[in-house]
Amino acid sequence: MADIDIRSVRKAYGKNQVVHGVDLSIRSGEFVVVLGPSGCGKSTLLRMIAGLEAITAGEIAIAGDVVNNLEPRERGCAMVFQNYALYPHMTVAENIGYGLKVAGLSKPERTARVETVAKSLGLSEYLDRKPGQLSGGQRQRVAMGRAMIREPKVFLFDEPLSNLDAKLRVQMRIEIRKLHNRLGTTSVFVTHDQVEAMTLADRVVVMNGGHIEQVGTPEEIYRNPASRFVAGFIGSPPMNLFDGRVTGPGEVQAHGIVLSVPHAGLKPGRPVTIGIRPEEVVLGAAGSNVASIDVDFSEELGSVRLLHGQVAGADFVIQVPATTAGPKIGRFSFEVPARAVHLFDAETGNRIGTAASGARAAA
Amino acid sequence: MIERTPVLNLVTHAVLFIGLAIAFVPMWLVFVAATLSLQEINTPPISLLPGSHLWENLAEAWTRADLGVKLTNSLIMSVAVAAGKIALASITAFALVFFRFPGRMTAFWLIFITLMLPLEVRIVPTYAVAANVFSPYQTILDVTGLSWLWQQLTGAELALEWNLLNSYTGLVLPLVATATGTFLYRQFFLTVPEELMEAAKMDGAGPMRFFREILMPLSITNMAALFTIMFIYAWNQYLWPLLITTDRTHRGTAVMALRQLIPMSGDSTGGGVPDWNVAMAGCLIVVAPALLVVALMQRFFVRGLIASDK
Ligand SMILES: Nc1ncnc2c1ncn2[C@@H]1O[C@H](COP(=O)(O)OP(=O)(O)OP(=O)(O)O)[C@@H](O)[C@H]1O
Ligand SMILES: [Mg+2]
Repeated sequence: MADIDIRSVRKAYGKNQVVHGVDLSIRSGEFVVVLGPSGCGKSTLLRMIAGLEAITAGEIAIAGDVVNNLEPRERGCAMVFQNYALYPHMTVAENIGYGLKVAGLSKPERTARVETVAKSLGLSEYLDRKPGQLSGGQRQRVAMGRAMIREPKVFLFDEPLSNLDAKLRVQMRIEIRKLHNRLGTTSVFVTHDQVEAMTLADRVVVMNGGHIEQVGTPEEIYRNPASRFVAGFIGSPPMNLFDGRVTGPGEVQAHGIVLSVPHAGLKPGRPVTIGIRPEEVVLGAAGSNVASIDVDFSEELGSVRLLHGQVAGADFVIQVPATTAGPKIGRFSFEVPARAVHLFDAETGNRIGTAASGARAAA
Repeated sequence: MIERTPVLNLVTHAVLFIGLAIAFVPMWLVFVAATLSLQEINTPPISLLPGSHLWENLAEAWTRADLGVKLTNSLIMSVAVAAGKIALASITAFALVFFRFPGRMTAFWLIFITLMLPLEVRIVPTYAVAANVFSPYQTILDVTGLSWLWQQLTGAELALEWNLLNSYTGLVLPLVATATGTFLYRQFFLTVPEELMEAAKMDGAGPMRFFREILMPLSITNMAALFTIMFIYAWNQYLWPLLITTDRTHRGTAVMALRQLIPMSGDSTGGGVPDWNVAMAGCLIVVAPALLVVALMQRFFVRGLIASDK
């Protein structure tokens, strides 16, 4: 177990900057998920922690020791790769035990530890098989076993579940979380799947274009997105975002719809991006903050229904319980509770805070 | 792929059989000739059915060409060439594919260029170097005046010499120093996913350990292929052994020895007696080890082609 300190870390490939100064502190025993779109530099960050990629500038410290110039094996990290990277010519037992073999442990000792790890992962019957004779889920487990056996200070995962089918992914996700609860090893998990991030993480790090956009618990990230990017990235269906401007104290307007908001000190005329979560609007209510939507089509997702349509010409999605009675297509009026309105600066994309919410986390 | 095209099947099989016949008939004639007596072989027309003198012809060829020694020499040379080639090719390809170092592309191209210079093209300079491995350095020293300086200082003439003529080293080294195998290995290493190396790194294995314990076992079919190709290539060498061995009785190779069995007028051994039956028997003996290697190694190729758990 160890904490990880990432201080102003940058990465450039030649002239091409891919990580622009990341600061992040990971507490000992924490499960941190790095979430972001493809190409945002998540893997690069992870690989810099692992020692597979040189650090262009800044420092990474594991358990207080700066590891910039240490070899991967000296950092005490273990990694699970996206395509598992099992050694094809070795049996499951040899794959799991290879790290111990390199470390020079005796054969009986190795066998004993491999058996313990295999048992905890339900791999005991497959120890003599080659990776080619295993299913995707089993291979995944072997990769986990290989990482676990050395009892590392830090687990690093690079999209380990993305090659599995949906059902297995959910199952493995739960197993990874259980494993973490049992071992308590500091873990950094990279993914572009927000459900994985929300379900696994103690804290989520949202990255975009080589920057950290926000660091927070899954709930914070969902409730108080620090930027327009986070707001649009987290949540499925994503938050409705559209441009508007401040028209008075506690009042914004977009496409002719006037919304009163709890934000204080807004300068009239200031351009803003307005965000509204599809599930936070109340259908059919009358009162203030009312608008109407022309629904073109609706999607049934089992427990909920999505209504897709236009509000004053702009695309808008509303989520309602699937049990909602009445027609599914047509014109509906709905109410937006004032506390459900998120505002972002139109230029910087930063959240405009009410009282409690945080500002952009990136340095 | 399952296809049901009886006509096409028939045609392809016919083509295969014709090809087989074209390849096989000369071999058959060699075999038949090796079984005939001197009289039978010199009586036209050529018989197409084997006779009964195979063993005595083989024995005659064996003693006359001193094949015991020659086959041993050939075997030593071929195994050394094949093994040396595998060692050299795998380690150079490893350096080229898995490391980033200054001059990597230069090294790559230098190796590549050797592909355009087969032994036959550079045989004279190669011979000169084999006659004295230090001759290029000697030349440099002479031209720069350093050897003159040396002579002035020490009073002794500077003459570097290391002669490879008539040695197994001389037979083997020039055949090893080519790029074919390097490229085979390079192509293979390029298909090895980079994560495998990274996983090994995370497991704490250094580069040489990764090379030995992961890359080498994975490239076993490559190795078998290269071994076979290089073994046959070295086994069939004629020109180079002819040049480098002056002591033919002790250092000559089997293919060189065959030449002594071929009846030729004015030749010291043949004396014009047209005993092709003995020559052909010699051929059979000399070709056998090469066939054996192919037959044994073939199993690995086939397994390599079938197994897809990479
Ligand atoms: N070896 C490299 N040389 C040059 N550029 C690279 C290299 N590796 C990655 N990059 C660039 O760095 C950026 C970040 O890559 P990275 O692999 O970290 O993305 P990612 O967030 O993991 O994306 P994904 O979700 O697709 O895996 C990308 O734009 C990529 O093109
Ligand atoms: Mg990635």
